[in-house]
Amino acid sequence: MTKNTVISATDLSLTFQTNDGPVHALKDVSLNVEKGDFVSFIGPSGCGKTTFLRVMADLEQQTAGAITVNGVSPEEARRSRAYGYVFQAAGLYPWRTIGGNVRLPLEIMGYDKSDQDARVKRVLELVDLAGFEKKFPWQLSGGMQQRASIARALAFDADILLMDEPFGALDEIVRDHLNEQLLHLWNRTDKTICFVTHSIPEAVYLSTKIVVMSPRPGRITDVIESPLPRDRPLDIRDTAEFLEVAHRVREGLRAGHGDAV
Amino acid sequence: MMRNVLPILTVVATLFALWYGAAVALNAPWARDQAARAGQELGFGAMVAETWSQEKPKLPAPHQVAAEIWKTTGAMVLAGRGFSKRSLFYHSWITFSATALGFLLGTALGVALAIGIVYNRTMDMSVMPWVIASQTIPILAIAPMIIVVLNAVGISGLLPKAMISMYLSFFPVVVGMVKGLRSPSAMQLDQMRTWNATPSQTFWRLRLPSSMPYLFTSLKVGMAASLVGAIVGELPTGAVAGLGARLLAGSYYGQTIQIWSALITAATLAAALVGLIGLVQRITLKRMGMV
Repeated sequence: MTKNTVISATDLSLTFQTNDGPVHALKDVSLNVEKGDFVSFIGPSGCGKTTFLRVMADLEQQTAGAITVNGVSPEEARRSRAYGYVFQAAGLYPWRTIGGNVRLPLEIMGYDKSDQDARVKRVLELVDLAGFEKKFPWQLSGGMQQRASIARALAFDADILLMDEPFGALDEIVRDHLNEQLLHLWNRTDKTICFVTHSIPEAVYLSTKIVVMSPRPGRITDVIESPLPRDRPLDIRDTAEFLEVAHRVREGLRAGHGDAV
Repeated sequence: MMRNVLPILTVVATLFALWYGAAVALNAPWARDQAARAGQELGFGAMVAETWSQEKPKLPAPHQVAAEIWKTTGAMVLAGRGFSKRSLFYHSWITFSATALGFLLGTALGVALAIGIVYNRTMDMSVMPWVIASQTIPILAIAPMIIVVLNAVGISGLLPKAMISMYLSFFPVVVGMVKGLRSPSAMQLDQMRTWNATPSQTFWRLRLPSSMPYLFTSLKVGMAASLVGAIVGELPTGAVAGLGARLLAGSYYGQTIQIWSALITAATLAAALVGLIGLVQRITLKRMGMV
């Protein structure tokens, strides 16, 4: 662990007690995420990737092991609003405009009015939604709504962005477009991003580090440091390097699946 | 426009036809009896005319009720006595004031209980069975008790009736608001948690706005229940004023026309009040962008 380590998990385990006996959502997971990393978590359903993200966010608590976020416990990190969390669904409030939705966390955190206005304007520009501030969520497409929810997570300048399959419900074309924008945004802002996904191309395209996970019990089977450069045009996905990384991810997923059967 | 009006008119016409027919059937025995006593032979036309114009019919015909309502509303306004103690406006106002006060009290109590149930585990486990039990007691049985008890401690007039209205109207508000305040999804609540929002911020910014559609639906049911409560509350008070008093007086003296005119006035009042809430609902939800 270096001084630039943002998230550090050591032998992290989380067991849910259910009526059918204990479910090991996470078992002895260890991982370090460095500042500025774009880390993707990939694996089949039930591999604990979302649970891991939720533990980082203090939405779940581990049953064994240790985890720090920004050097403190996830709870302290949450209280100091160290991260922005983007959920699978945009979850915009239908009774608030796009601007009002982005403003919501700022109101809760007590930013003053003029600061709120400036921040809303800035992050909406960042996600390419300038001019949509006064629209209601239902007037926007699914992809635009998800961009608004990313703007909302960015509005209070947290250094960490936790994203739980944010583009899972969108079609391929919109998804490509948003992936490109997300990379662009990450490049400009130097944020640390943890990104849960089902899609191998998405994980390889976006990440500097790919964490392959497998289920029953949820664990890490491979951590791949991507050799791809930080600047990534969409057509990098046709290069041999890209395909090689994708191949290794696929192998990792297959191996993990083999263990479980 | 015509496409909407025609079906409605058809239904109304059918209802009136059934009503007139029923009036003939129900009032005919009396008409025949009277004719027999007078030693007259009653033709069909004369019999029908007779059944639609009796002074104390079993079932008054629509035009008789309409005439009675006009006599006690419009005609009195024209005579400059629109608010005299014999006018339906006066009685409607008496009933309305108890309804409105009871509705406000019931809504406040219902919302308060719902907040308690949603936020407090002990209340969640204990209050709901009592709320439901309260509604299984026949209101006609408990209304006189409330009036007598409140009278004994020196409270009379508007408040006892309003209490009975409140007793009926808080129930739909509790049920609807508990559902409404719990309507935010787990994801939305998690999201509030990631922002480290306080419970009161979560309440004002998420739970309360989410509950609005549920609240308005409950308010409509509550308003109708409140009116029933106010009318029932007027029955045991010795029938001085109010639509309930008109009903009671009518039944004492066999004034069926008076009873029906009070009933129809009550129904009109209820429709107007529920319609008013519907209007507020439309405006509010539209301004919230929720329709």
